[in-house]
Amino acid sequence: MSGWTPAGVLGAGLQVAMVVAGAPLLLGAMRQVRARLEGRAGAGIGQPWRDLRKLTRKEPIRPRGTTEVFRAAPVLLVATTLVVAAVGPFLTTSSPLDRVADLFAVVALLTLGTVALALAGLDTGTAFGGMGASREMTIAALVEPTLLVAIFALSVRVGSTNLGAIVTSTLHDPGRVISPVSLLAAVALLVAITAETGRLPVDNPATHLELTMVHEAMVLEYAGPDLALVELASAMRLAVFLGLLANLFVPWGIATGAGVAALLPAMVAFAGKVTLLGVALAAGEVFLAKLRLFRVPELLAGSFVLALLAVAASFFLA
Amino acid sequence: MSDTAYVQLLDLACGAFLLAAVLVLWRRELAVIVRVFALQGLALAAIVAVIAGHDRSAELGALACGILALRAGLLPWLLRRALAGAGPAKETRPLVNVAASLLGAAVLTMIAYAVSGPLVTLAPSPATHAVPVGLTVVLIGFFVLVTRRRALSQVVGFLLVDNGITATAFLTTAGVPLLVELGVSLDVLFAVLVLQLLATRIRDTFGDTDLDELQELHD
Repeated sequence: MSGWTPAGVLGAGLQVAMVVAGAPLLLGAMRQVRARLEGRAGAGIGQPWRDLRKLTRKEPIRPRGTTEVFRAAPVLLVATTLVVAAVGPFLTTSSPLDRVADLFAVVALLTLGTVALALAGLDTGTAFGGMGASREMTIAALVEPTLLVAIFALSVRVGSTNLGAIVTSTLHDPGRVISPVSLLAAVALLVAITAETGRLPVDNPATHLELTMVHEAMVLEYAGPDLALVELASAMRLAVFLGLLANLFVPWGIATGAGVAALLPAMVAFAGKVTLLGVALAAGEVFLAKLRLFRVPELLAGSFVLALLAVAASFFLA
Repeated sequence: MSDTAYVQLLDLACGAFLLAAVLVLWRRELAVIVRVFALQGLALAAIVAVIAGHDRSAELGALACGILALRAGLLPWLLRRALAGAGPAKETRPLVNVAASLLGAAVLTMIAYAVSGPLVTLAPSPATHAVPVGLTVVLIGFFVLVTRRRALSQVVGFLLVDNGITATAFLTTAGVPLLVELGVSLDVLFAVLVLQLLATRIRDTFGDTDLDELQELHD
């Protein structure tokens, strides 16, 4: 699987390019769908990119008294997401860094970004930063096990925790998609991903009320280029998570061999799948209200049980 | 029906059966719990129907129809009737909170899997491999019975236990004799009728069906 084939290298490069360039567009599309469904005109799909451009041109300002932790967090967040975007099975399963695309490594990388941002929130020493960090950690403590266990349920039948191997084996055996293991794991993963990316009903990404913020409260003190990095990283994480969800359960269209020609349809399929998922998520959010914070652990515990049932089912229904 | 299709359909029905039991623990609204219970009856009937289709047994097919009528039709209807006008229709304060009881369900699943290991190795087949699902539902039913306060959710817990026992019976044996299944179903029906009557009397007398408040004796 691994090895420096030209198709693999090109595929990995294209994955990174697509995630970086496409993530803000995905976010824009989701906001646009939501705006239209609510009867507003919306700012257009390109608005997140315009925001990012505006932010990068501003003077970098950092609050007095903050340390390296605050400075390093946005870079770390972007870097970990970029690594996952490069190694994961998004366009091709034959990425040269395929061996890094282990389930545990990928989840650990994504968690590293979450923890870095939470530490930065604490580092500012403000009330809202600390509150947001504490909430984010409460949620992360329940989400990470769910992510691990849900993907682990898929890896049991494959006998490998490599994400590329899981995707390839699903391609070869399409009947698995409608097994109870897949369905339970898909639901668990969907709940975990909405919580991890700070979407409704766990966190409201469009809120302006500090007391209800989770993700936004941690980044309140960021401004200028730093904020641009954080925003870009959040959008990329959303794209990466949705891409993982799409390719783990509906992998069709992904390039498997050494042929360069398969990459083009793979790009179209990946963009289509992620956009479809994003739009569905945004449309679903219109009908949801934010959960009370104390009800969130209930939801996440439920998704953890579903993931655990998926693992159990993959053993006893095998 | 081909073998792979049989295994897949059986697994799917068992998955839905187990999921319904977990949802009963998850949701608080009694109306939703009753609806989920009806769905579980449907999944149970589907399990029996799939086994009937695989064994080409008309008797099992008839049993599947009976189970569908009783557990997805009659019992939920009785429960809904008991629910109508029964005060606040929510499980407000279960003895164990919802998050903890969901984690408890995870532990019960593991226990059921560990306990039923020897049973499965006796005669490995796709149906016996699903026996832990039946046992899990029995255990979750007991859990609901013990930790919920409202009379109606306790009745649902009792019915979960019975659903689990029925599923285990059909999954372990080639088929339960029609007479035995009829007898058991009749028993369950009577039990629910008596419990419904009891719940109605409790509500008429005390105005609520929270069983934890019935602690003192009066004359």
